[in-house]
Amino acid sequence: MKSTILSIKNLHKRYGKIHAVNDVSLDIQKGNVYGILGPNGSGKSTTLGIVLNVVNKTSGEYHWFDGTLETHQALKKVGAIIERPNFYPYMTAKENLELVCKIKGINYSKIEEKLEVVGLSDRKNSKFKTFSLGMKQRLAIASALLNDPEILILDEPTNGLDPQGIHQIRDIIKLIASQGTTILLASHLLDEVEKVCSHVLVLRYGEILYNGTVDDMIAHEGHFELQAEDMERLLQTLLEHPDIDKASEAEGKIIAYFKRNVEPSALNKYCFANNLILNHLVLKKLSLEEQFLALTQ
Amino acid sequence: MKRLLSIELQKIWKNRASRILTITYFLLLTFLSFIASIKFDIGPIHIRLADQGIFDFPFIWHFNTFIAAFLKIFLAVIIVSMMANEYSYGTLKQNLIDGMSKKEFIISKVYTIIAFAAVSTLFVFIVSLILGLVFSSYDEMSIIFSKMDYLFAYFIKLIGFFSFCLFIGVLIKRSAFALGFLFMWFMFEMISYAIAYNNFRNPALIDKIYDYFPLMSMWSLVPQPFTKLNAVRTIGSQLGVEDLRNYDVPYTSVVIVLVWATLFIYASYKIIEKRDL
Repeated sequence: MKSTILSIKNLHKRYGKIHAVNDVSLDIQKGNVYGILGPNGSGKSTTLGIVLNVVNKTSGEYHWFDGTLETHQALKKVGAIIERPNFYPYMTAKENLELVCKIKGINYSKIEEKLEVVGLSDRKNSKFKTFSLGMKQRLAIASALLNDPEILILDEPTNGLDPQGIHQIRDIIKLIASQGTTILLASHLLDEVEKVCSHVLVLRYGEILYNGTVDDMIAHEGHFELQAEDMERLLQTLLEHPDIDKASEAEGKIIAYFKRNVEPSALNKYCFANNLILNHLVLKKLSLEEQFLALTQ
Repeated sequence: MKRLLSIELQKIWKNRASRILTITYFLLLTFLSFIASIKFDIGPIHIRLADQGIFDFPFIWHFNTFIAAFLKIFLAVIIVSMMANEYSYGTLKQNLIDGMSKKEFIISKVYTIIAFAAVSTLFVFIVSLILGLVFSSYDEMSIIFSKMDYLFAYFIKLIGFFSFCLFIGVLIKRSAFALGFLFMWFMFEMISYAIAYNNFRNPALIDKIYDYFPLMSMWSLVPQPFTKLNAVRTIGSQLGVEDLRNYDVPYTSVVIVLVWATLFIYASYKIIEKRDL
């Protein structure tokens, strides 16, 4: 059985009239890579802020590691970056990491190794204020990795970076994910989530709209595009299919929706059995982006 | 405790401005001895401080703690900015995320305050002891180590003042504004006192009320020592003014300042606890 790293129950946060987090409940299981999707102001950062001890909840509960540790003790086993990297500008990269080690109560042995992972070894003695945004963000990742965390929480890690920077961060995330670290990635960049995450949570106005695997979300509503010599008979035949939901002709193709998953080969076989020879058959799945837009409309 | 103090000292020591201020502060403390060479003239009377017995035991404890207390503004700047910077750099947030509890955060600041106050007191003690051994006309052990409660009052004064600085830093979150506020509060206490004192029928009552104000209570911890000097007394008696002041450390003020310090630290903690980052 997988162990639960973080469990949130009925969490609420109000800022005056604004209900920033509305009854959010979720469980984070060890080993999965979670994406939190949501438009700006959907409560992603607030939810993360609450479990990271920097925002006070209005009501509800959350527990780290089955409630065996106090929040601040649990956070020593968590690596987190939220929005922008916060370090002491007058200290060097190495000194900043040493300070984090002191806070987490670990020795300095991992500093060199983690700087190597994010490619900052040659700049370790430069002051933080001399770093570019991409380097700052990479230092933040090194800092979050210092204790070999049980879970890595990333809130908009590629915000404001140039394409190279985005690519570097994404590679680092993939590398970390491949080592079996649990990751929670909040982002509004959908392809980012699609590329690295196994599970996804969709938030809007502080409420959870979807909570499940990325595959389920994408597979949820696939449809077929078909073409044959005799379009009329094809439409007729498709409408007689036992699992058909709806079918219609558009731009010389027939778009068919099914109530449950139908394999393309099975559909091809069904048409052939009805003396129809297809010259076009495509299973179209909505991208995460289209799916997300459909959900949050 | 060692962990929290080392975290805090790293934050201060690696900052060049704080480092320079700290060094300057302790250098100035050691230079208290230069007061010996101060000379000034009041009409026909020539006064050289060193000849007025300021380095005599036990008076030196009183005089040096009073003078040294003016330098506390250097450390005040460091304490205000060490707190306000945590907000402007966003590092308070990061420290909490990294696994520091809000309580630990405040405790680490309080340890720093106590360390600064303790080291300052130790410095003043050593410098005064050396100066006294060189210049004092008395060298009996019983006299040297009498009236040492001025050092204790000095220590409490620093604790109180630094706690006030910490609180303002937490409250205002920006070093420059926080220091401005500190100055404004100082002016407020001075001016309102002056106005009240001169316009009320019962000035003694005003004195009593103002004894409870934060900066005034700290100020009265070590009473001004000048009118205790021989020269000033001589002038006073020539002019027919009898000096009836009490120069002892007022222990009610010690209690008041300790209450203020506790309030400031507790309020800082509450603000950090309640505020969303």
